[in-house]
Amino acid sequence: MTANLPGQAGKTAVLEKGWWKAHQWLLLRRISQLSILLLFLSGPWFGYWIAKGNLTSSLTFEILPLTDPYILLQSFVAGHDIASTALYGAIIVTLFYLLVGGRVFCSWVCPVNMVTDAADWLRRKFNIKGGAHLSRKLRYWLLVMTLLLAAATASIAWELVNPVSMTHRAIIFGFGYGWLIVLSIFLFDLLLTRQGWCGRLCPVGAFYSLLGRFSIVRISARNREQCDDCMDCFMVCPEEQVIKPALKGADKGYGPVILDMNCTNCGRCIDVCTKNVFSFSNRFNNSTLLNAFIKEEVAP
Amino acid sequence: MSVKSRQSHISRRRFIVETARAACGVALLGVGLGLYTRQAKSLPAMAIRPPGVKDESDFLAACVRCGLCVRDCPYDTLKLSRLGEPVATGTPYFEARDIPCEMCEDIPCIKACPTGALDKELTNIDDARMGLAVIVDQETCLNYQGLRCDVCHRVCPLINEAITLEPRHNQRSGKHTLFIPVVHSDSCTGCGKCERACVLEEAAIKILPLHLAKGELGHHYRLGWEEKQKAGKSLVTPDEEHQYNLPEGLKYEHEGQGLMKESR
Repeated sequence: MTANLPGQAGKTAVLEKGWWKAHQWLLLRRISQLSILLLFLSGPWFGYWIAKGNLTSSLTFEILPLTDPYILLQSFVAGHDIASTALYGAIIVTLFYLLVGGRVFCSWVCPVNMVTDAADWLRRKFNIKGGAHLSRKLRYWLLVMTLLLAAATASIAWELVNPVSMTHRAIIFGFGYGWLIVLSIFLFDLLLTRQGWCGRLCPVGAFYSLLGRFSIVRISARNREQCDDCMDCFMVCPEEQVIKPALKGADKGYGPVILDMNCTNCGRCIDVCTKNVFSFSNRFNNSTLLNAFIKEEVAP
Repeated sequence: MSVKSRQSHISRRRFIVETARAACGVALLGVGLGLYTRQAKSLPAMAIRPPGVKDESDFLAACVRCGLCVRDCPYDTLKLSRLGEPVATGTPYFEARDIPCEMCEDIPCIKACPTGALDKELTNIDDARMGLAVIVDQETCLNYQGLRCDVCHRVCPLINEAITLEPRHNQRSGKHTLFIPVVHSDSCTGCGKCERACVLEEAAIKILPLHLAKGELGHHYRLGWEEKQKAGKSLVTPDEEHQYNLPEGLKYEHEGQGLMKESR
């Protein structure tokens, strides 16, 4: 089989597995993203308070504090003695993402993901190619810059312009001109660079990548020998460079688990694959030998 | 040069160029953002921070812009700055003329703050110093015209402490009294109820940030009457006893009268 066209990515999966099965993880992610917004909006909209605050720091059911460790790190670098509530909140969040994967924040929580996913989807549909080349490493430079700037200005400078927290805050507390930022990111991703914001620039995502460097939950190309090279997973993946070692690196000694820290655990590759190559797994389940052994046991 | 070493030369060259490019691009962005940060630290005068904020610069290092203080403010006084407003994006503030601070005794905004940006050591709201009320316009303030408006005085939660009415002679009529509202910085919390209540189209009393509202004496400066009180006696009079070559018929009275005619 030869590679599908980008605009056709996922079509075969819909035909063979049915629409629901071919959008299972995508739907779960959208439900997750929207219900997290709803947790924050139920108070101001219906007067029933579940989560107060926003993604930088929140209080759920008046008891559970959650704080973004990245903004707290900037605050610390800027010279502020952090109070205990925020610190506990950041520890809880850190432990959670160490377990499920750092960039689960990006694909399952962050509201900007819906904007950039929409841009990427339209890019494929309208076959928009090329644009400005930006390195995927640029975000780590930006991450370093935000921390240096926090130290140099003795304030959380990045928060003045951070589109991620700005979007979430705008949805919950009112937009102001925040919609301009959302629109800018959408157009940037649509016309200038594929996955330009989330995949190349966003220092929040870079921070969560590093946080999830050794996280447990991972996607595995468990049945990689079934791959028919349709390329659908590469076309829908927001970080397509993470797939290759796991999917195609068997002869180079790579295990089937996607260990790249930039993988967002979005599960879209599982959705679009008609050969059931991918599934959620964990980083310890990465031995090629063990894998073959299990397969013999399970599939006689 | 062999092919291999030329290739490694090219890849090294590319690595250096790409690294320099990324570093420069990001540094340029950083310079821009850094300058913007400096500007963002200049809080406009009409924006008042919640209680427990001492210094704007420290606050911008501590506040994570979560809005928990806003959520727990029972009077919807506090709001988060939106993009495009002249206050650092996402930080809480209020405008006294819209909704002033009601000075809740339990200070829920400070309790809600997870990072300590609002200082938990402030437990008595009367000790809050959000700003200072200032009569910014004597030309329109009704009390300065000799009328008995007194509204700012009467709405003040610390009436007769933070705002007092001081009687002055009314020079215009020549026979009435002006009741001049005087704000005392040792009591005024900057809650803004006076600014909210001012009956004029544009308030004549306004809450200003302390650094704009307060003067400061030179540190070497001493006020005679205070020094006199501290010392328990006059430090200038009586003068030291000394000899004068006074004109005939005059004497020097040391208890404060000075030069005077000798009584015969």
